[in-house]
Amino acid sequence: MSLSSLEFQAASAESAPEQAIEGRSQWQLTWRRLLHDKVAIASIVVILVMVILAITAPLFASLTGHAPDQAFTNTGTTSTGAPVGPGTHGFLLGTDYIGRDLFIRILYGARISLFVGIVTTAIATLAGVSIGLIAGYFGGWVDTVLARFIDTVLAFPYIVLALALAAIFSPSLTIVIGVISFFSWAGISRIVRGQTLSLKEKEYIEAARSLGAGPWRIMFIDILPNLLGPVLVLATLYIPIAVIFEATLSFLGIGIPEPTPSWGSILAEAQNYYTVAWWYVVFPSVALLVTTLAFNLLGDGIRDAMDPRTERIFAAGSQRRRSRRRPSVVSAFSAAGPSAEFPDPPRQPMPPTP
Amino acid sequence: MSDTLPRDAARPVPPEAAEDDVLVRVDKLVKHFPVRGGGLIRRTVGQVQAVDGVSLVVRRGQTLGLVGETGCGKSTLARCIAGLIPVTSGTVTFEGRNITNLSRRAMQPFRREIQMIFQDPYGSLNPRRRVGAIIGDPFAVHKTAKGAARKKAVQELMERVGLNPEHFNRFPAEFSGGQRQRIGVARALALRPKLIICDEPVSALDVSIQAQVLNLLADLQSDFGLSYLFIAHDLEVVRHVSNDVTVMYLGRVAESGPKDQVYETSRHPYTAALLSAAPAADPDAAAERRRIILTGDVPSPINPPDGCRFHPRCPKAQELCGQQEPVLEVKPGDPATHLTACHFPVQAGESLARVAGRDRR
Repeated sequence: MSLSSLEFQAASAESAPEQAIEGRSQWQLTWRRLLHDKVAIASIVVILVMVILAITAPLFASLTGHAPDQAFTNTGTTSTGAPVGPGTHGFLLGTDYIGRDLFIRILYGARISLFVGIVTTAIATLAGVSIGLIAGYFGGWVDTVLARFIDTVLAFPYIVLALALAAIFSPSLTIVIGVISFFSWAGISRIVRGQTLSLKEKEYIEAARSLGAGPWRIMFIDILPNLLGPVLVLATLYIPIAVIFEATLSFLGIGIPEPTPSWGSILAEAQNYYTVAWWYVVFPSVALLVTTLAFNLLGDGIRDAMDPRTERIFAAGSQRRRSRRRPSVVSAFSAAGPSAEFPDPPRQPMPPTP
Repeated sequence: MSDTLPRDAARPVPPEAAEDDVLVRVDKLVKHFPVRGGGLIRRTVGQVQAVDGVSLVVRRGQTLGLVGETGCGKSTLARCIAGLIPVTSGTVTFEGRNITNLSRRAMQPFRREIQMIFQDPYGSLNPRRRVGAIIGDPFAVHKTAKGAARKKAVQELMERVGLNPEHFNRFPAEFSGGQRQRIGVARALALRPKLIICDEPVSALDVSIQAQVLNLLADLQSDFGLSYLFIAHDLEVVRHVSNDVTVMYLGRVAESGPKDQVYETSRHPYTAALLSAAPAADPDAAAERRRIILTGDVPSPINPPDGCRFHPRCPKAQELCGQQEPVLEVKPGDPATHLTACHFPVQAGESLARVAGRDRR
């Protein structure tokens, strides 16, 4: 190769305009890794199916001609008054004790469960992140007051408060959402406060202060983006907790009032009939189980995707997962990608079960 | 960068600088941190005397080097001047206006004039934000440019500090240490400040990169007429960049003056010991140099020694040193700008290595 051709090559390499390469954000990297996690994808599919079923519940009701609170005393109960089993007289999952279509009631129950789960988690996350940020960033007496308040809420017996509220006000959706939100924000707050305490000592926070940035700008522009990862995981894991919380309240009769179906209240009714009608207790339980499991597995998947170095508890399982992944070129690329250069999002403890 | 070799950044100092030449004047600055006891009441059980009566002057368009070992209060002093932490007593004057302990709002116009470059190029950039957003922060905070204008300004800054302007939407993790420090320089430069406080800006970089960043700082100084307060513990770096040098020991100024005075005819035994400990690149010079071995550790700033704070470790210490605190003053034979706080300053030709050696035997 002659010198001139080398020079030419060098010149052409120099003159080639460099493209404005956009660095992959933490979210893009997390999403890419999540797409390789089969369990997480399955969970997303299950959750989507649940959400679609819940949204289209009225459609199923009109298709079958069974309203959720419509009792079919003739076709829906046996001659002795017991519920009929799955498949009889067009009742896909059987009926309940007064002959209502269990399938439709479970679908309508999903509306309540998912609505309560998502709305309360949204409220709790918003409140928890704000209060945690304020307590952690400002410190001093603000922190003392807020931290003690958080401890108080965490120590509070929630069932007692729910019972008391139900005694004063008649049970309603608003009260259920209020009670669950009130008992969920504190756990998020405590973790956000702890993270904020450590993040605010970083040099880039001092840099922001030296630029003249105020406390609110620092909290929401500089600290919050570093917290969003753990908060997202936490929020995903709080949804199933809220779903179970709602079911518990409804089971105890202090949740969603009759005749609105809720998985908890269906299970409460089923207590007296499970010896004669297995479907009455099995199907709502499965719905509850599948939903909470899907959210929990998705939360775990997001956590793993955020921090690729997290080892799973079951090392054997993780070995198998890795070896299955390795041959794939795409996943090998993403595993070797810039993820290792990103600082670890802090590991999250499991949120306490209320 | 074409010129990776350090060039002499310093320019001659006028012997008697006029008062309007002074950009920042720090007068008897004191910063004590309370030490609280454990338990419920958490009463104050002592004070960390991080900075204890420091006075210095940064002149317009010049560089003041601040040296001293770890824990002598250099960085605390820098943060006091930048208004990041409240001052216990004393004053900081910027262009004749007192900026000591201003409220955040009142400090805001001065933030545009005083910027900082931090030591850790990794810790000083938010890992979750894109470089364009980080460098654009000063414009956002001071609402001077937004949208396309901000992006253009950011890209100009990136180009000015030797970064590829196309990299504005990358994350700090995608840059090397030297490039990250350039990002920090660009951020500090954004508002066209008059003073940049460099808190050990190159000590985290490797030597070849240090030279590049130092040259960048020197170029920016001549282009924008910047003044630097340059904190470092690398004596050669400070000598290279500074016009004046101030040596600190345990929260006090030991010696201060034009850099040639301080380096060539150091009067304070601490300065002499510090200089003798600096490694020489030339092996012959290294073999010839006589190190002054100081005994003992730096005393705790919670309970500093009486009198001269250096006296427990000083090879020349006498009874007086433990009783009376020396004043920072001009010693006989020195020019008026060369100040030393020592009762028994080092004389020309005096070798402290021998004095120190006698102690050991």
